[in-house]
Amino acid sequence: MKPNFEPFSDIPGTTIFTIEKSREGFHLNQFCMSLRSEENRKRFLADGPAYLAEWPLTDEQKQAVIDRDFQKMLDLGGNVYFLSKIFASEGLSYVQAVSTMTDMNAEEYQAMMVAGGRNIEGWRSKKERGEA
Amino acid sequence: MGKIVAGISTSHVPAVGHAVDAGKQQEPYWAPMFEGYEFSKQWVKDNPADVDIIVYNDHASYFGMEIMPTFAMGIADSYAICDEGYGRRPIPDVEGAPELSTHIAASLILDDFDMTILNVLEVDHGLTVPMSLMFGTPEKWPTKVIPLPVNVVMYPQPSGERCLSLGKAIKRAVESFDDDVKVRIWGTGGMSHQIQGARAGLINLPWDKQFMDDLVNQPEVLQYKPHLEYMIEAGSEGVELIMWLIMRGALGDKVNEVYRFNHVPASNTSVGHLILTPKED
Repeated sequence: MKPNFEPFSDIPGTTIFTIEKSREGFHLNQFCMSLRSEENRKRFLADGPAYLAEWPLTDEQKQAVIDRDFQKMLDLGGNVYFLSKIFASEGLSYVQAVSTMTDMNAEEYQAMMVAGGRNIEGWRSKKERGEA
Repeated sequence: MGKIVAGISTSHVPAVGHAVDAGKQQEPYWAPMFEGYEFSKQWVKDNPADVDIIVYNDHASYFGMEIMPTFAMGIADSYAICDEGYGRRPIPDVEGAPELSTHIAASLILDDFDMTILNVLEVDHGLTVPMSLMFGTPEKWPTKVIPLPVNVVMYPQPSGERCLSLGKAIKRAVESFDDDVKVRIWGTGGMSHQIQGARAGLINLPWDKQFMDDLVNQPEVLQYKPHLEYMIEAGSEGVELIMWLIMRGALGDKVNEVYRFNHVPASNTSVGHLILTPKED
């Protein structure tokens, strides 16, 4: 079967981690895996740029990590489960980190979740939203 | 011979594990969710099994991007607990079932499922949070476990059809084991949730409930549901629900619905939980 990745690009506000993206993000994601050890978390938090210099990330990927710009990291091939090691190393929860990718702050985002989460109406298709 | 006696499906939200570890089950935010599992904790005590096959996904906790197995099976004596970036959860290691898992893995491969064999595996919240929900906080887990990790993180994930078929092959494998063992099978993950991008926080409870109805009554319909529909309707991480199809396939054509529970939210996620038993003719 011929793979078709194209339909994923129509889902609004969503980056699907495909086998293609996994190649682009390989070193970024492997750097994240290194943060599963306490020793590496300490070194990364003490001097992020120095720690990142040990990894063959692109300059753009390194800057996105330093900026904690999770959306940018997704765009550059990161996957959120890998990226979670970055915010876990700082003791942040998924809710705290995930909210930074939305137009809400953490408190507003948490309030939305407690009220039942984001309603899907209007969020199915970029074309429907006039974004494509 | 071996026999599959029950199927359990449940979400596996990491924050639930942290809540258990910190003793927060009675806090107002968490109490309604944990109360929904009280029935189940008693039920698994009253209906014990010798081995639990737990279908789950690793969340970049043990598997990096060097190797991404579509279907894998642990055949080890025991499994350590991953450090997922917050430090290791303070829970016991998980005891394996090496003889049965070796038999099942071999049977599956001979049945055309090309399993990756894991002699070493550390398990993450995908496997341990369901255990905490069903067994609480024991000194030692009251069961032996066969971990069955599935790639649901990277597209393409296995198809729904393949997942349902794998479940059916697991049933055949268990029933061809010489010893009398009672086996439960667990499908974990889901339900609707999205933890990335501007659409993060998506919850689609009507879709989740329909999925549960179909899983119980007409799983053959679900096997043709494309990944794209899960990603649109249940969020980018909602595609984990294909793992529930493996559980369902192992239970046979008809099932009894013993218990059902839904709760929104746990962290970013719609929590869903089922206990099913095979319906004998």
